[in-house]
Amino acid sequence: MARPSERPGEMVDRLEELLRRAGRQGAVEADAFLVEEEIQTVQVRLGQVESLKHARETRCSLRIFTPTGSASATSSDLSSEALSRLVEETVALARVTRRDEHSGLPAPEALARELPELDLWDREGHGLPVEAKIEWATRAEAAAMEADPRVQNSEGGEFYDRQSRVAYAATGGFAGAFPVSAFAVSVTPVAVENGSMERDYWYSSARKLSGLESPEAVGREAARRACRRLGARKQVTTEVPVVFDPETAASLLRALAVAASGPSLYRGTSFLVGRLGERLAPASVTIVDDPLIRGGLGSRPFDGEGLPSRRTVLVDRGVLASYLLDTYSARKLGLAATGHAAREGGGGVTVGYTNLYLEPGPHAAEEIVASVARGLYVTELIGFGVNFTTGDYSRGVVGHWIENGQLTYPVEEITIAGNLAGMLRDIEMIGRDLVFRDQTAAPTLKIARMTVAGQ
Amino acid sequence: MATRDLVRPERFFADRYGLTPSRLDGLLGLAGGRQVDYADVFIEHQVAEELGLEDGVVKKAARTLSQGAGVRAQADVRTGYAYTDDLAVERLELAARQARAIARDGTESGVVPVDGAARGHDLYRLSEPPIEAALARKVELLGRIDALARGIDTRVRQVIASLTSEEQVVLLATSGVGAGGLIGDVRPLTRLNVTVVVEANGKREVGVFGGGGRVGFDFFVESERWAFYTREATRQALVRLDALAAPAGTMTVVLGPGWPGILLHEAVGHGLEGDFNRKGVSAFAGRLGRRVASELVTVVDDGTLANRRGSLNVDDEGTPTGRTVLIEKGILRGYMQDRLNARLLGMPLTGNGRRESFQYPPMPRMTNTFMLAGEDDPEEIVRSVPRGLYAVSFGGGQVDITSGKFVFSASEAYLIEDGRITAPVKGATLIGSGPDVLTRVTRVGHDLRLDEGIGTCGKDGQSVPVGVGLPTIRVDGITVGGTEV
Repeated sequence: MARPSERPGEMVDRLEELLRRAGRQGAVEADAFLVEEEIQTVQVRLGQVESLKHARETRCSLRIFTPTGSASATSSDLSSEALSRLVEETVALARVTRRDEHSGLPAPEALARELPELDLWDREGHGLPVEAKIEWATRAEAAAMEADPRVQNSEGGEFYDRQSRVAYAATGGFAGAFPVSAFAVSVTPVAVENGSMERDYWYSSARKLSGLESPEAVGREAARRACRRLGARKQVTTEVPVVFDPETAASLLRALAVAASGPSLYRGTSFLVGRLGERLAPASVTIVDDPLIRGGLGSRPFDGEGLPSRRTVLVDRGVLASYLLDTYSARKLGLAATGHAAREGGGGVTVGYTNLYLEPGPHAAEEIVASVARGLYVTELIGFGVNFTTGDYSRGVVGHWIENGQLTYPVEEITIAGNLAGMLRDIEMIGRDLVFRDQTAAPTLKIARMTVAGQ
Repeated sequence: MATRDLVRPERFFADRYGLTPSRLDGLLGLAGGRQVDYADVFIEHQVAEELGLEDGVVKKAARTLSQGAGVRAQADVRTGYAYTDDLAVERLELAARQARAIARDGTESGVVPVDGAARGHDLYRLSEPPIEAALARKVELLGRIDALARGIDTRVRQVIASLTSEEQVVLLATSGVGAGGLIGDVRPLTRLNVTVVVEANGKREVGVFGGGGRVGFDFFVESERWAFYTREATRQALVRLDALAAPAGTMTVVLGPGWPGILLHEAVGHGLEGDFNRKGVSAFAGRLGRRVASELVTVVDDGTLANRRGSLNVDDEGTPTGRTVLIEKGILRGYMQDRLNARLLGMPLTGNGRRESFQYPPMPRMTNTFMLAGEDDPEEIVRSVPRGLYAVSFGGGQVDITSGKFVFSASEAYLIEDGRITAPVKGATLIGSGPDVLTRVTRVGHDLRLDEGIGTCGKDGQSVPVGVGLPTIRVDGITVGGTEV
């Protein structure tokens, strides 16, 4: 079968035909995208192959603007008949909607002219035979099982690869297509000791197969993470400094991104409403979203509306310097779009970040822990207790208790609570351990004071 | 537009895609055969429509068509799964061969017949499925929601309302059923959601309320449910404007009836899914027959309730759904199973094999999970608490099934002082331990209520609609993650 990236021209032709049909049916503006994907997943548990999945998917989305309304539709059926129906249904839907003066495609002059080559596709990597994928998953799990005698069970090792081609075209005169790859290896070991059972997880993901860490490194780290949780206790309720490890620190950036996104702002459901240009955090804090990182897991050559990809400084030395905006939310807010349009499954536009990270600081992670006389080191957060409208924050925690600058015993069944605005203001130390493992990345972070609820 | 022929999945797929019963049987033959314990073909056609209102007008309208087939072959613990969104027969044959090649690994094991197709239920036959109700009526209703909310209180700044309508047509051929023994289901689903943003003295808050189920659009019009949702969302937002900081620490918590049943979903539900217990990774593994809750507590998972969001006529492996007693008077009685895990554990099927779509193989999943009513008067339960928290609305929850630790986030809660409900407090996460929390239930009210039809459960990347339910209960000791020490 044809690999996705071998016929970008054909994909764009298809979209342009769809746009012409939409125009004939009454659309004054329209855009469309087409995604073709091939995915393979291998799961191994206790050394045996437990599941193999292989999939091909295609979906096409159309968004139209008529003089009075707007609508979108998506179909996984790409037959000519189905696409005719797609156009008709979208036009029928648009009839019941009302558009305002802010809706519509970006101005043609704002569209991307040259598409940067970001090295997002790994043709050779996808040639990996299934036996080799099984071996990746098997070796990762085996490394976890062998790393520590307390690792006695496993939810398995997994190898995943996906290649997609995304094509986008708009009546304003934009057409572009690009291929992307993703590879990941992960393990979920279970450690047991004295009646306590804990699982944890570790992973490596990259755009290129050669960018993955070795399965052994992933397995050993997963085992270390599971074992260090054994014998966890509750903690008494108190107020202390809280140190977030890089993984959990990155989750704070994701929360910030929701609050900084255009729709949250114009709807009034963000604690950042009206705070552009204000100080949010100490001058040591700079938060950047950069879609142009070569081979980056969130990189893309243009946004979901054909706007050029460019680096956005969200927080510049502590000051809220930019929101994350698509064309509509930008116009609603009287600002310029920042190229953060992403497309929803149904074909509509939403806002999404690309590679979002907190710039590293001067401290070693050990130095940050050592600065805490009595406090909490957070390694996992669970639950959804973030109120983006007020910034109120309350989540379940797994981690370690810090006494006299040392990690002592593991803790669980406790929560931390505060307010995102206060947490940003109270960032006291930033680590130098920034590693891009995911679309969001942050170094170790210390927040001066939060409430820990336990016994 | 679609016609009511859709009610017959066999004819629907045969007419549209040439996927006749004999063709499907042929596909099964390719996926199954010697060395394969079980094989099935799952074909799906789903249409979803979403209308969204903000700033007083319906600005968003989206329609999604998704169709495809998944072919699965199982041998011992191995599962081969291949899917395609191309329903052309040759693509399906390729998928079937792939699934079989994946599952076979040299082990000899003949085909094990699975139980014959029992008849499914008929839980959500509708005169007008929600996807077919007129767009104009839906748009008009959204407009009325906006007008009502803005009329309730001058502090209302924004109203966001969304209405989703779906129809999923599925057809299953399994190796356990003879040629032509196909199992089909047509599943309507709808949900109306209202979000209200209020503002006073420079402070903003938000309230969210909604409902739905496997019901027609008229469900929202009957008894003016749409107005109830709107008033509730507005009331919650206004209550939160005045909320004090939530307390921090372990205390007695009274949970109100209905959606707070998310406690059960997180604390015990996931831990009682067959896959986690077969693998021995659940905090509940090996505890069948043992006490895991106070004797006041009986918890069931019931997929057979008419028109409920979590209900199904048959699960996604063709097994009719049932009512499974998970905990009976505090004793752990059963797990929820799909075919693979029931077979490997030697336990009965329970009709809990579910999948998000053709893109995923099934897993054991919950349907509608709730605690049976007790005998206590709800008001008396509150009066029995000298100091504690009364929590009536929740956002989402999450569980670590291995350590058993779970969280769920209260979005509307009040202090209880001297047996009286007093000040509202801000949202806070509640955290506990699954095998422990239900042993602390000391009162169970007679007011069992199921939720309004809003739940979606995520597991391993798959989302499925679910329901929960709870009577008012008192839990003596759960940790409340507020800020007020």
